[in-house]
Amino acid sequence: MSTHRDVILGKVKKTLEALPKRAEYPDYDTEAVITIPEDADLWEHFKTAMQAVNGKVYDTLVELKKWMIENEYLSGYCDPDLLDVFSRELSPEIKLETTYDRDRIDTYQFGITRASGAIAESGTIILKDKDTSSRLGSLTPWVHITALRPDEVYRDIPTALDQLGDDPNIIWVTGPSKTADIEGILIEGVHGPGEQICLRLDS
Amino acid sequence: MSVQPIDRYVERIAPDVQTAVMENSITATQKRHDALFGDYEDPDKIRRIAGAIKQHTVEHLDRYLPQAEEKLKANGVKVHWASDGEEANRIVFEIMRSKKATKVVKSKSMVSEETELGHYLEERGMECVETDLGEYIVQIDNDHPSHIVKPIIHKNRQDVARSFEREGLGEYNDDPEVITHRARKHLRGKYMEADVGITGANFVSAESGRMLLITNEGNSRFCLAPTKVHIAMVGIEKLVPKDRDLSVMLNLLARSATGQRLTVYTEFISGPKSAAQPDGPEEMHLIFLDNRRTQVLESDCREILRCIRCGACMNVCPVYRQASGFAYRSVYPGPLGAVLSPLLASKFADYADLPKASSLCGACNEVCPVDIPIPDLLLRLRDKAKVEGIKSPGTPPMGMWATMASKPVLWKTALSAGKMMDFFPKSMIPVPAFQAWYKKKDLPEWHGKRFRSWMANRPNPKKNDQPEASEK
Ligand code: SF4
Repeated sequence: MSTHRDVILGKVKKTLEALPKRAEYPDYDTEAVITIPEDADLWEHFKTAMQAVNGKVYDTLVELKKWMIENEYLSGYCDPDLLDVFSRELSPEIKLETTYDRDRIDTYQFGITRASGAIAESGTIILKDKDTSSRLGSLTPWVHITALRPDEVYRDIPTALDQLGDDPNIIWVTGPSKTADIEGILIEGVHGPGEQICLRLDS
Repeated sequence: MSVQPIDRYVERIAPDVQTAVMENSITATQKRHDALFGDYEDPDKIRRIAGAIKQHTVEHLDRYLPQAEEKLKANGVKVHWASDGEEANRIVFEIMRSKKATKVVKSKSMVSEETELGHYLEERGMECVETDLGEYIVQIDNDHPSHIVKPIIHKNRQDVARSFEREGLGEYNDDPEVITHRARKHLRGKYMEADVGITGANFVSAESGRMLLITNEGNSRFCLAPTKVHIAMVGIEKLVPKDRDLSVMLNLLARSATGQRLTVYTEFISGPKSAAQPDGPEEMHLIFLDNRRTQVLESDCREILRCIRCGACMNVCPVYRQASGFAYRSVYPGPLGAVLSPLLASKFADYADLPKASSLCGACNEVCPVDIPIPDLLLRLRDKAKVEGIKSPGTPPMGMWATMASKPVLWKTALSAGKMMDFFPKSMIPVPAFQAWYKKKDLPEWHGKRFRSWMANRPNPKKNDQPEASEK
């Protein structure tokens, strides 16, 4: 008995082999899709692009803390590897937990995880499974804060694609979660974070 | 007088639905235009590259499908093949049964609409929750999506508020923000309980075996965070040869669909979660689905298999804007549906009328990110219907026009006699094709000349707006 695989691939093969000519792979340069200027400062461009999609970028923890206190984001999840850096500035006013408990997902106001990179061209944060301490911790809280070093910013989308590596789950995040399903009206924070934040780490 | 099925639908459509579809489509078309022309000097050049990549892929599926399969397997993905929807659904069900799973969260996927996976699973006692906000509303209303990107373009906020009230999601409130946040709260409970996350895929790279999921809401991320098993159902045409090709596709898809530079979440998935990661599926399955795509490949309309499901062709289509998605009676509406639905159908004749519901204005081709010559394909399908002797109800007879148009003397006489038309009651013009058309529209004053001579002497129009005009 032939399998579904054999049947499908058999039909595909038979059809395509009968074609007198097949379209060739086009000769193109990915430069054609790049929109970032040649001489752009990567961090500044990234910052502007991320703000353009309603993300927030903070250059220092002091500024970030001020925003968190003003908005009463006072308790959340933090990647254990980032605890030292963040608690130095945020504690004791802001409470950081280093374990994520699935039974109380609504109690985390924010989640802090490590970004694996960013794309200046589009204002995109890159999250890789190996660097994200908890997928849920980065996804379920209203505020997602990522920490990123400026030397981890890629210039453009083709370069970032070229450097994907072998991680099984890579997420490019370009702004907060959003929908326009109801009457085309833009609402942020559907299933994922309603606030997408990036903090600059200086080594 | 007999009318085409699509016209019959237009007659029944509620005025507010028609306005919503019209306005939403116009806005989407404008946003697409601004996003592409704001960033690129010559977007057509990029559309042509994208079209060529996809055409090449479609014509080399015999190479890329086995290549993708091999990569996927090496990445730890279990690969399945399904000739039809029934088989694909059965595979999903069997995986769930073997895992003793009963609850599914599902992220928007057009192929699973084709196979009606949700109903299939529910009939067999499984809970299957749609998580895209629009699709969730479609599900609780037991309705169908009417647009491939904006499934509830046909509903207004009051409709949605009533549905939420009925489902016990709170008192009546039609503020879209309140509705969205209620859905957020309700659906997170569903994600956390679910055993399995089901998704489609926007692209699969044959080079790396990476599968891409593209969403704005983040529901596909959530489908793959608390669950233990991931099942992806993917049409066999979804491949691209290399990872680099994704730079072209991603840039075009987001701009064409919603006017964004990139969609909020672009997920590259190439297998089960990594060992150190506490959350996410430990097992991943990918089902390659044919469901008559091989039949489309065999036809002379295989260009339609390039489609990346952006929705731009329906947004720009004057027929879709008037008729809305349900008028196309199938999963894929608009110009895309008018080509794809008859080809994917078990009986071509059932949808042979759709290719005729187009004025062949060409706008769909101009906006298509993969440059599909949709009007040509519609003509080929009309021809196919003719060759196969399929008569669709309501197609107006054009015999008299054809005779006139093929005889220069008759044509010129008719033209100079045209001025009479301004004094002749239009309801009395004895041409059925005209009568069907005149039901909806009026005729401009007759200028009694050939187009070219009228054009040469016309009052000089201001060079103006018409944004779409610059696209060719
Ligand atoms: S046919 Fe082209 S424009 Fe229409 S949905 Fe597909 S890719 Fe988009």
